[in-house]
Amino acid sequence: MPGSEPVPQQETDDTMQIHLDAEKCQGHNRCYALAPELFDVDDYGQAVLMEEGDVPDGLKDKARLAAANCPEYAITLTGD
Amino acid sequence: MTDTLDPQPSTETIPEDAPAPSEFGMRDSIIGDSPEGTDVWQRVPYNADDYGPVSDFATDFDHADKDYNPNAPKVWKQLRDDGCPVAHSDRYGGMWIPITHEAVHDVAYDTDNFTSRSVVVAVGRPGDLAMPAPIGAVPPISSDPPFHGKARRMLLPPFAPKQIEPWEDEVRILCRRLLDQMGEITPGESVVDAAVQYAQHIPVNVIGRMLGFPEEDEALFREFVHVALETIAQEPGTRGGIDDLGKYIRAQIEDHRENPRDDLTSYLMNMELDGEKLSDDIVGGSIILLLVAGIDTTWSAIGSSLWHLAQSPGDRQRLADDPEVMTFAIEEFLRAYAPVTMARMVAKDNEFHGCPMKKDDWVLLPFPAANRDPKQFEDADSFIIDREINRHSAFGLGIHRCLGSNLARLELKVAIEEFIARFPNFELAGDVTWSVGQIRGPRVLPVRILAD
Ligand code: HEM
Ligand code: SF4
Repeated sequence: MPGSEPVPQQETDDTMQIHLDAEKCQGHNRCYALAPELFDVDDYGQAVLMEEGDVPDGLKDKARLAAANCPEYAITLTGD
Repeated sequence: MTDTLDPQPSTETIPEDAPAPSEFGMRDSIIGDSPEGTDVWQRVPYNADDYGPVSDFATDFDHADKDYNPNAPKVWKQLRDDGCPVAHSDRYGGMWIPITHEAVHDVAYDTDNFTSRSVVVAVGRPGDLAMPAPIGAVPPISSDPPFHGKARRMLLPPFAPKQIEPWEDEVRILCRRLLDQMGEITPGESVVDAAVQYAQHIPVNVIGRMLGFPEEDEALFREFVHVALETIAQEPGTRGGIDDLGKYIRAQIEDHRENPRDDLTSYLMNMELDGEKLSDDIVGGSIILLLVAGIDTTWSAIGSSLWHLAQSPGDRQRLADDPEVMTFAIEEFLRAYAPVTMARMVAKDNEFHGCPMKKDDWVLLPFPAANRDPKQFEDADSFIIDREINRHSAFGLGIHRCLGSNLARLELKVAIEEFIARFPNFELAGDVTWSVGQIRGPRVLPVRILAD
C-alpha cells in the first residue's frame, strides 16, 4: 500500500534497514546523487535500491543523507 | 500546427459528457493567443488598472506586481509572521496563495481538488470547451491523472540521469564560449552582464542542441518564452504572435522526417502513444512545452546563483577551495532562490486549511516560499552553502516533478563552475532588474570583474 511504513525491525541495534517506496518516488534523484553506492536509476529516472534491506556499516551515513534529502519522503530507514 | 498556435473561435459545441479525445491536440495553448470570450479562453473578471500596485500582499497579493519578485522573501516572511498559511487576493477573478511548505505540499498532492489545466495565472483561463481537464493544452504539465502519467512517461526517458550525464562536456564548451565572447577583461574595470551575456544563452542553446535545431535560432526561442511567461497580465489575444515559432518548429519536424537523426526531435517523432505514432501537432506541442518549461526557469536559476555569489566572497572562496561542496551548494541555490512558482485551478468547491475554495479559483503554488519555511528548514532565510539536510521543492512535489530536473541541475552546476573558474572574484556593478511573474530571476545583472 502506498505510504505504509515498513515495520521497524526489532532484532539488533546495529542493523539498519533501508526501504524505498516506489509509489512515492518521483525521480528527484537526490538519492542517486548523494549515495550512488545504494541507489541506481532506471530508464525513466526512477530510483531503485541496489540491494533491499540491510545497509552495510560503511554506508549508513550515506543512507541517512539520502533519506533526509528525498523531497517526497520515499526513503525510510529502520534500526540504526 | 497552424490551427494549433492560432486557434479560431469554434462554433461547434461539445456536450458536457463528451468522451475525452483519444488524441490530445493543441486547440488552445498555455499561452492563450485566442481572443477573449471564445470557447477556449475566457476572460476572467479582472482589470489590473482597477487595482493598481499592491499596497498589502496579505490581502491583495499579486505575483505580477513589479515589486514582488525583487522582494519576494520579505513578502513570504511577512505573511508567515502574520500567521497566514494561505493568503487570498481578489485579483485575477480570485486567487489563493498557500505560503507554508505544508500547504504547498497539500495542494500539489491533491490532484482531485486542484487541476493543472492552467498552470499560469492570467487574465484569461481555459473555458469550459477547452481541452478537458485530464489532458489540457500542453501535456503533461497541463494534465491530471490518469492521463498525466501516460504523457509524462513518454517524455521521461530522454531526461533520465544517464541520458543527461553525457551532455556535460557540450554544456561546458558552450559556457566557455560565452565567457570568451565577453572579450578583453580588465579586472577592476570591466563590467559584464551575467544574465544577458551568460545565463540566458545557456538553456536555450542546450535544448536547441538536444532537439537538433540550428544554433543561430536562439533569439527566436527567447522571444517566445518572454511572450509566454513574462506578459501574463496582458489581454489574451494581445500577447504577440507565436506563429513564426510554430512554423519554424513545423519546418524542423519536416526536416527530421526527411533526415532522421539521433536527437530529441526524432525521438519524439518515433514515440508511440496507445500504439500510434504521435501527430506532428503533439510533437510540436511537446517541443514548445520543453522550451517554455526549460528556458527561463534555468536561466533564472543560474542568474540568481551568480547574483548571490557576486555578493558573497566567502561562498566564492569556499567553492574554489572545496569543489566537492558543489553537490550541496547546487541544492542550496535551488532552495534559496527557487525560480518557479506554479499554479492550479480549483476543480471543485472544497475547504482547504480552513479556506472556502470555489471551483475555478486560482491557486498559486509558490515552491520558492515553501523552501523558506522555518518549520521545514533550519535557519531558512540563510544561505548555507553546505546545508546537508535540504528537502527542498524547487522542482515541485508529487506527480509533476520537473521532468527536466536532471538537465537543469547539470546546466546550473556547469554554468557556475565555469563562471567562477574564469572570474573567481566579481561584485554587483549597478541596478539589477528582476523578472516579472511566476518565474523569478535577474534579467539584468551587471557585475564588475575583480582581480583574482
Ligand atoms: C532550474 C530550472 C527548473 C526549475 C526550477 C523547474 C521547475 C519545475 C517545477 C516546479 C515543475 C512542476 C510543475 C507543477 O507542479 O505544475 C516543473 C515541471 C516541468 N518541467 Fe521544469 N524546471 C526547471 C527546468 C526545466 C527544464 C530544463 C526542462 C526541460 C528541458 C523542464 C521541463 C519540465 C516539464 C516538461 C515539466 C512538466 C512535468 C509534468 O507535468 O509531469 N524544466 N518544473
Ligand atoms: S530522492 Fe526520493 S524521489 Fe528522488 S529518486 Fe530518490 S527516492 Fe525517488
